[in-house]
Amino acid sequence: MSGPRSTAAARRQYQTRRARRERQVVTPEGLTLTFTLATRGARVAALLLDVFLVFLVLIGFAIAVGTIANFLDVSKSPVLRELQEVFLILLFAGLFLLRYGWLLWFELGPRGASPGKRMLGIRVAARGGGRLTPDMVIARNLLRDLEVVFPLAFVPALFQPDDQSPLALALGAWFAIFALFALTNRDNLRPGDLIAGTWVVETPRRRLVQTMSAATHAQSHPNQTAYAFSDEDLAVYGEFELQTLERVLRSAQQGQMEAVAQSICAKIGWNAPSGYEVQPFLDAYYTQLRARLERGLRLGQRKSDKFDAGRNA
Amino acid sequence: MSEAATGPRRLWNGLKERFSGTVPPPPDAGIAQVLRSDRFRLLREGDWRRLDTIVTRLEKGQVRRLSDEDVLEMPVLYRQLVSGLSVARETSLDAATLQWLEALAQRAWFQIHGPQITLSGWLGGFFRGGWSRAVRAIHIDIWIALALMVAGTVVGWMLCAHDPAWYDTLVPGEFIRNTSATREQLHDTLFKSEGEMLGAFAAYLFSHNAQVAILCFALGFAMGLPTLMLLVQNTGQLGAFVWLYAQKGLMVECIGWLSIHGTTELFAILLAGGAGLHVGRSIAFPGARSVLESAAAAGQRAAVVMLGVVLMLVVAGLLEGIGRQTVNDTVARLLIGGVMLTFWTGYFALAGRRGGGAA
Repeated sequence: MSGPRSTAAARRQYQTRRARRERQVVTPEGLTLTFTLATRGARVAALLLDVFLVFLVLIGFAIAVGTIANFLDVSKSPVLRELQEVFLILLFAGLFLLRYGWLLWFELGPRGASPGKRMLGIRVAARGGGRLTPDMVIARNLLRDLEVVFPLAFVPALFQPDDQSPLALALGAWFAIFALFALTNRDNLRPGDLIAGTWVVETPRRRLVQTMSAATHAQSHPNQTAYAFSDEDLAVYGEFELQTLERVLRSAQQGQMEAVAQSICAKIGWNAPSGYEVQPFLDAYYTQLRARLERGLRLGQRKSDKFDAGRNA
Repeated sequence: MSEAATGPRRLWNGLKERFSGTVPPPPDAGIAQVLRSDRFRLLREGDWRRLDTIVTRLEKGQVRRLSDEDVLEMPVLYRQLVSGLSVARETSLDAATLQWLEALAQRAWFQIHGPQITLSGWLGGFFRGGWSRAVRAIHIDIWIALALMVAGTVVGWMLCAHDPAWYDTLVPGEFIRNTSATREQLHDTLFKSEGEMLGAFAAYLFSHNAQVAILCFALGFAMGLPTLMLLVQNTGQLGAFVWLYAQKGLMVECIGWLSIHGTTELFAILLAGGAGLHVGRSIAFPGARSVLESAAAAGQRAAVVMLGVVLMLVVAGLLEGIGRQTVNDTVARLLIGGVMLTFWTGYFALAGRRGGGAA
């Protein structure tokens, strides 16, 4: 039984590490919302994705220009020079807009996220839970040169040992401070976030699934009522185990369910069910355990997991 | 075996939920028997799902596809969700439902507390006074930047006047505009048009200058010092440049050549430097507030100024790329430059004095 136990331990470890990224915000309605800060890895990946997309747009532009030039039969066209000029203007303006405007434009939208950020499920938000305004989004995007472009310009110097002037190294180290700024604070703020008053949070996206008890009734196991657990049978587990059981039931893998049913039965001294009986058994145990724990909840008694014996009568 | 019994049904339910987009009917037959917390959910689920649909539309930017009732009821639905979530947190142990509710509450919160005005509305406020108010708000930093720019120009001039060798140090790599050039050669550089592709030239100038201005601002983050250095260095070049022409008696022509776009461009660089300095100063000397708060307030003010700087540089690019090449008369050049300077100064000094308010 070391398998499930170690995955449970890993899950807990993950949850504590995740809890370190959680920030509570109290809304004007008095609701406490928990935001989870995006990891630095997700943010770097989002930036790389955006850079990739910008390059795709540039390639598309080049292909379009090439096609049009071909189509117009360059040699005899008298409007060629004007066309060339229009393309050049588009190129200069377009490059500028892509470089400084791509992230800006998308972050100004209702999702507060560039395409790369969206793909990684993160977005920009006002630090501490205020309204995200256009000035914030502009401010946070004005510092990208300082954080990305200039530090990168000094990377080649690192690989040329014969050509390392002390000035270049000093400048490189100086720019590295800006590039690595986000590693130095616990809110993962980069300089742009700092001066804009923003941070980057995860956007949870979930679909609402059926309630477990409703799903049970929809499937209407004939022998569900056959399982009636005594108070002692239910007292061995707490909320953590309940939610693990919920996950197991929702994923509905027979082998996993059988293993769980066996460990429950071992604990309460029942004969383990098998085959068709496993799911009805677990459904019944889940429903009754939840009913018991929720009853305790209404009376102000929580049992967080199986080790928590104190406040539960 | 049992997988075969439940698998297709689960799949079907999943597909139905995914594609129908409507509320799947709660199994009301068993509602009396379900858990109390599930009953709580089943009774409210319709409203929650409706809010979900509205929020999804808002996220996609499909505001027009929302009916008036949806818009009116969204705050009500949101409040219901908030109270429902508070109750559920205390009474329900259904992890999936709770997580979904938390996620929906966050998404709805982002939309309700999202930008209250549209981008065009914000830009309207920006032009009607938001920009000039932001400029006035950082006026101390702008005066400091101006003093440095003037000092840089004077120093550049005086260094060259003291020893012409300084010119090559300050303005390196010039083939024609160097100390050995004749008066005619220099005169030509001021009045010979660069010829064709003026629009492209203007676009190039804009993009180059805007990048420099943004860099000048960004460097302000390092306590503002690099911004100051950049300002002094650039205006030092300017001083040396004017000195070169003044040597050959072309000072007025040179100033005309510079001022047609320079009043706008230098003004923009002045604002960018001031904005960078403002941010740097707020980080170095946050005063009574925390560094984070002080930096955020300064950064947001400076961002408004910087958006304006980029727009000014578009104008400067047009004046330099097209205007200077086609207007070949010093008086006209000085006139245009003076008019632009008056316009910008007046706009920043006066626009948005009364309104106050937003943007």
